Amino acid sequence: MKKLEYPFDEGQVRALKAGDAVSLSGLVHTGRDKFHKFFADGGKILVDFRDGALYHCGPVCVADGASGWRVVSAGPTTSVRENPYEPAFIESSGVRIIIGKGGMDAATLAAMKRCGCVYVQAVGGAGALYAASVKRVAGVDLLEEFGAAEACWHFEVEDFRGVVAMDAHGNSLFAEVAAESRAKFDIISQS
Amino acid sequence: MGTVEKIAGLIAETSSSLPKDVEKALAAALRREERGGSAAVVLRTILDNVATARRGGSPLCQDTGTLAFYVDESLRRKVTPAVIKKAVALATKRGALRKNCIDSVSGKSYDDNCADGAPVIHYVDWMEKGCVELVLKGGGSENMSRQYSLPDSALGAGRDLAGVRKCILDAVVKAQGYGCAPGILGVCIGGDRATAYEVAKEQLLRPLGKEGDSADPTLRRLERQVLKDANSLGIGPMGLGGKTILLGVRIASRPRVPASFFVTVAYMCWACRRKVEKLKG
Ligand code: SF4
Repeated sequence: MKKLEYPFDEGQVRALKAGDAVSLSGLVHTGRDKFHKFFADGGKILVDFRDGALYHCGPVCVADGASGWRVVSAGPTTSVRENPYEPAFIESSGVRIIIGKGGMDAATLAAMKRCGCVYVQAVGGAGALYAASVKRVAGVDLLEEFGAAEACWHFEVEDFRGVVAMDAHGNSLFAEVAAESRAKFDIISQS
Repeated sequence: MGTVEKIAGLIAETSSSLPKDVEKALAAALRREERGGSAAVVLRTILDNVATARRGGSPLCQDTGTLAFYVDESLRRKVTPAVIKKAVALATKRGALRKNCIDSVSGKSYDDNCADGAPVIHYVDWMEKGCVELVLKGGGSENMSRQYSLPDSALGAGRDLAGVRKCILDAVVKAQGYGCAPGILGVCIGGDRATAYEVAKEQLLRPLGKEGDSADPTLRRLERQVLKDANSLGIGPMGLGGKTILLGVRIASRPRVPASFFVTVAYMCWACRRKVEKLKG
């Protein structure tokens, strides 16, 4: 398991390979459909994503008197919906790690290679565990505009686990696994 | 305790606690994978999530799914749709279920998860007397379910068991990891289109492990064969490669008319939330 901590170092990120298991600690920001659309429409993103991480996640957070917020569930959401926006976001924000579920398209993979960014697959459905890995909610932006599930939350996480599924060398585990399994299926179905 | 309260309790338990047979199958899958590899990390994360949710009594996945109740028909008078809906509304208010029910025409949310047809309720004659079973099935897995009509010339699948096997394996290859694999398949051979989906989904109620194996030796052989074939495809947990894409395969058959031959595959994710509760007797 490779441990990475915010701010994520470009060299370290570029050295990751598809298939590496990683454990992330430090700041991670959430952003999904409305966040991406807002950015594409020229909206101003207040946080600095340079060397940071963007998590495709619509968390369930409840207001909690003294400490501010309690995260109840924070599993990944499907990333393909952000395909149209992600290459431009990667280019202009300097983000190093995108976390989500299901992978992204070739244009995003190319942008990752150019800019030194990787895609980490979080485990679908593991909302309770990922919520427990959030040690502190450092803040939230666009809450009123987008609602809790679509807002840009700033989470301080510890030991957030996932697998590098798309690396900065142009490799995608999804594409490899899909191609291999299709080939094996062809062989099995002849028998 | 009143019936509403008991069923609300069943909902909370089902949502936060994975059945032991599924958890055992996940642990066995973890033992097969190379330590520290990506498949092992995914399975470890799933198992830790299961433990965290059970400890905290919180939903183990944020998609609390479509609710399907199977009610023994002797309870028809006691466990009415009105009683079940009250329990669903209560469980939603308590946070055991997410607001997860949307009107398909207007797009508006039914905030208590109750509407015409939601939850789904079946009164059945094949359950143990006095029992109710609840299944929560998430949308990501439901999207991976499929129905084939044999012969299928694109697949080269004919109207025999070899053709059936091809269809089931094709469904696994098409699903890759996107249904939150490792998954469980419920399959119906034959029947009409609508009943076949129901029967396929009912197979997901059969526990994993030998006790859930089909009683029919031909189907039992097919279940084992497909499980072995699927896991040899290398798709692995969450589609990142590995030895386990399926935790189990459960197959049933129904008669068909000479003109049709359907193969129906219901895909269930690792978050296979089901629980039986005895209410009477
Ligand atoms: S497919 Fe299952 S595990 Fe995945 S998000 Fe949906 S309900 Fe959760």
